[in-house]
Amino acid sequence: MPVEYYLWLAAILFGIGLLGVLTKRNALILMMSVELMLNAANLTFLAFARRSGDLAGHAIAFFVIAVAAAEAAVGLAVVIAIYRSRGAINVDEVRVLSE
Amino acid sequence: MSVTAEQVTFWVFAIPLVATAIGVIVSRSPVYAAMNLVAAFFFLAGIYVLLVAHLIAFMQILVYAGAVMVLFLFVIMLLSLGDEHLIKEPRRAMQLIGALGVVLLVAVLASAIAQARTGELATLTADFGTVKAVGRVLYTQFLLPFEVTSLLLLVAIVGAVVVAKERI
Repeated sequence: MPVEYYLWLAAILFGIGLLGVLTKRNALILMMSVELMLNAANLTFLAFARRSGDLAGHAIAFFVIAVAAAEAAVGLAVVIAIYRSRGAINVDEVRVLSE
Repeated sequence: MSVTAEQVTFWVFAIPLVATAIGVIVSRSPVYAAMNLVAAFFFLAGIYVLLVAHLIAFMQILVYAGAVMVLFLFVIMLLSLGDEHLIKEPRRAMQLIGALGVVLLVAVLASAIAQARTGELATLTADFGTVKAVGRVLYTQFLLPFEVTSLLLLVAIVGAVVVAKERI
């Protein structure tokens, strides 16, 4: 099965994630969309690893998963801090750095 | 043209994957979005198995569908948002501009895919994608990034505690 199928699937997945980042205003759903985009990047790495028979793509996908876990932990901590100080997680309402 | 088992399995995983991914961005409640995302991660793990990436498929379920999504659900419960957070719809102009941006990006990706040297698939060694083979690459070719990743996770742990805790 040609690898283009997987690349197209990754492109569609990345587009869905980008649409979520651009249009959603709930900070939690925004972060979930970012996770979708990271997964699309992973799928591309694995597709090219399958085509070339090179395991370096798997190693990069491993690092992407680790970075995504770190990003989720710190990002959710920021969401909690913003909710504590402003009582909202709507990203449109958070537009100043200090109060 | 005969339909192979790989093609059937690909579509069995790909169609629900796209459907649940769309479910993430159309659901207004963060809980429904999180549940859709868990399902999307499971279907994506199936796609990874089709690409002979068994270790990464396993880690996808363990780390993403397990750890990261539990973290998301904990935060959703911790914030205990009321219904007033759900009724706000995004502005129509924002949606149009966002959709335009996505169409442009997918067009760029399409031309990139068309130009990519995809060609014939490589014949794989017997241990491709196993823990042993990926581990050997990680501990030889990618040793420094691997160690830096442990540092990154340490910084993320400390950073998350410092940012989220009211008083230290």
